[in-house]
Amino acid sequence: MDKLHNLMFAGVGGQGSLLIAELTSMAAADAGYDVKQTEVHGVSQRGGSVETHVRFGKKIYSPIVTPGEADVVLALELLEALRFAHYAYPGKGIILVNDHEIIPGSVSGAEDMYPHNAKAFLRDKKMNVITLKATQKAHELGDGRIANVVMLGALSTLIDIPSQSWQKALKLRLPTRYLDGNLKAFAAGEQMVRKENAAV
Amino acid sequence: MSELLLGNQAIARGAWEAGVTFASGYPGTPSTEIIETLAARYPETNPRWSANEKVAFEEGMGAAIGGLRVLVTMKHVGLNVAADAFMVFPYAGTNGGFVVISADDPGMHSSQNEQDNRYLARMGKVSVLEPSEAQECRDFVIEAFKLSEQFNAPIMLRTTTRLAHHKGLVEVGQREEVPQREFIPDPKRFSVPIYRHLRRPIVEQTIEALRDYAETSPLNRIENSDNSIGVVTSGISYQYVKEVLPEAGVLRLGMSNPLPPKLLKDFCSRYETVYVIEEGEPFIEEYMRSIGISNLIGKELFGVIGEYSPGRLREALEISKVPTPFTEEITILPRPPMMCVGCGHRTVFATLRQLKTIVAGDIGCYTMGALPPYEAEHTTFAMGASIGTAVGLERAGQDRVIAIIGDATFIHAGIPPLIDAVYNGSKLTLVILDNSATGMTGAQPHPAAGKNALGEDAPKLDLVKLVEATGVEMVEVVDTWQRKDVRRVISKALAHDGPAVVIAQGPCQQLPDMKRRDFLPFVVEEELCTQCDACFKVWCPAITRTEHGFPIINTAECTACTVCAQVCPPEAIRLAEKPFAVKL
Repeated sequence: MDKLHNLMFAGVGGQGSLLIAELTSMAAADAGYDVKQTEVHGVSQRGGSVETHVRFGKKIYSPIVTPGEADVVLALELLEALRFAHYAYPGKGIILVNDHEIIPGSVSGAEDMYPHNAKAFLRDKKMNVITLKATQKAHELGDGRIANVVMLGALSTLIDIPSQSWQKALKLRLPTRYLDGNLKAFAAGEQMVRKENAAV
Repeated sequence: MSELLLGNQAIARGAWEAGVTFASGYPGTPSTEIIETLAARYPETNPRWSANEKVAFEEGMGAAIGGLRVLVTMKHVGLNVAADAFMVFPYAGTNGGFVVISADDPGMHSSQNEQDNRYLARMGKVSVLEPSEAQECRDFVIEAFKLSEQFNAPIMLRTTTRLAHHKGLVEVGQREEVPQREFIPDPKRFSVPIYRHLRRPIVEQTIEALRDYAETSPLNRIENSDNSIGVVTSGISYQYVKEVLPEAGVLRLGMSNPLPPKLLKDFCSRYETVYVIEEGEPFIEEYMRSIGISNLIGKELFGVIGEYSPGRLREALEISKVPTPFTEEITILPRPPMMCVGCGHRTVFATLRQLKTIVAGDIGCYTMGALPPYEAEHTTFAMGASIGTAVGLERAGQDRVIAIIGDATFIHAGIPPLIDAVYNGSKLTLVILDNSATGMTGAQPHPAAGKNALGEDAPKLDLVKLVEATGVEMVEVVDTWQRKDVRRVISKALAHDGPAVVIAQGPCQQLPDMKRRDFLPFVVEEELCTQCDACFKVWCPAITRTEHGFPIINTAECTACTVCAQVCPPEAIRLAEKPFAVKL
């Protein structure tokens, strides 16, 4: 419980990165950690880049994660993974990224300039990259919007928060009618990252 | 019991516990969630959205004089609007506790300027408390009410974006019901202009009494005083100092106005050099220098512009270097926010772009009209400024000027300039984007929306009648999603010989009723599509391209606004027969 955890969540407004950051904070608090989280509101519903920092441990002062100190950078989109990759702790930080591209809508010529080589670039940088097809998995489960919770399930296998705290956070925070789908998405994410690790 | 709360939620919680029975505000990032939380969880605080910050402040001032405990909320620039009353209230002093939240935005995450409102407080002789984390947001609000009633003084609680929008664990308590104080009519106190000379010395007495209090207040405290490094800090910077210099001797100022000269001198005399670490302007630093403390390092090392962070302090203090983004090695495209799928503003900006007008814009989502693909907004300054700016541009010889303003902003600060435009004979062309919401801050209701902060039905301001009453002869309402009508009516207004107002109507897609409604989305019939790409020029984020080059509409995002169907020459875009899942 003494270890300080620094997590960075990145995504595009509307993908629900703020929600999974919040679920992580709730689970960490339930597990007995001190927790702080910071986010920037206002653009979250308008397709802008969204970043949320979550820190937990014995005693937390700053809510801000410093670049180079994140244990995990969780990105729901590849360009956003690139944008925040420098937050990962050199050598041991993990970049957990949804294998999914969203072209920025309000930038001229974005379609031609989008960095489709993001994954290769991060691997060349010797970063620990785990890519998951979470959006595809979410569609298989019947709802494209729950890719965020698939990724959260994956995250849960990488950090020290007990299973019952995750379950409690999901039940407390999500509307009952969406709970089943989200629990399935969470479980699917856990399995996906285990398979990925087994393959490595 | 502890709860994970946003800074703003913790402020709301503190206000509720402190027995607040009246709360008013105007939406503005990063302050909005305070009134929203009061409305959702603590309706006994009687929260309301007011027409603007000046009105919110004055309603609160009246309620406090009348003996209630009052919370008033606004963002930093909102206090500029309320400044007229803010500067004079201390002359009378309050009766019931009065706390105004000024939510400043260092880094300008969602604001047009950086503005450190501690200076406004100094000018107005108002005491300022600065919490540093969510727990203190709750605690300091409760303390602020006690101080306010002890000194009969309005108190400012200053937050910043990181503080307002961070979450932390907060130990909460129960509500204390505070009896209403008696209101004793006393013109010698409350009719300030007549009795100003009588009141002026009292302003000084009050602030000096608060300065004496600051010398020994538990809000200002010294930690690790035996260490060799000394730091004076306030607000969230205190948390960064604890992180970066955990062993340093710290004078943490929870009350940053008025400042305690003896305490500051005493603390600084223990060290060879003292760092002053405060986000924003050198407010504390300048005061310290003004009372003769010179062994200071402050803004020359840490800077004035933007937010502080632990990384920034580490770099300034040469403790460590912080990695930067990989922008040198790979294209990291920016991703600015954009108008929502189905936003009614799109058709208006498409028209303005085609008409090649000069557009004086205003504050709201529609500032994004200045961005690609529209690039059809040429000035934006402050709430309500579109109309006055357009009048001035026209006077300076520009002949195709349009002012554009949202409905909430029009109500907030657009009515006097419209009256003035008509009165002084301007040929103003004004488009009011009427989406029944204060959109940018999350679709809060306003007087023309027919709802109040609690979601109850409220009298609905009639914008057409209001505009007509100013003497404007041409007032036309148009469905904002009918692109041909929008173009026709705006063109007509431009050609009109005299002031003309177009009200482009259509609800904000972020309104709960819009999100909840049942509708069928639109789909593309590939057999009919000629790949002419006309639909892409609508710039709807829900339209993307299949690998075969056809447009495809994300049916989960489509709002059935019909605009893409209107522009499709072969009529290949039609209503779906049933809702269906998005294709990958």
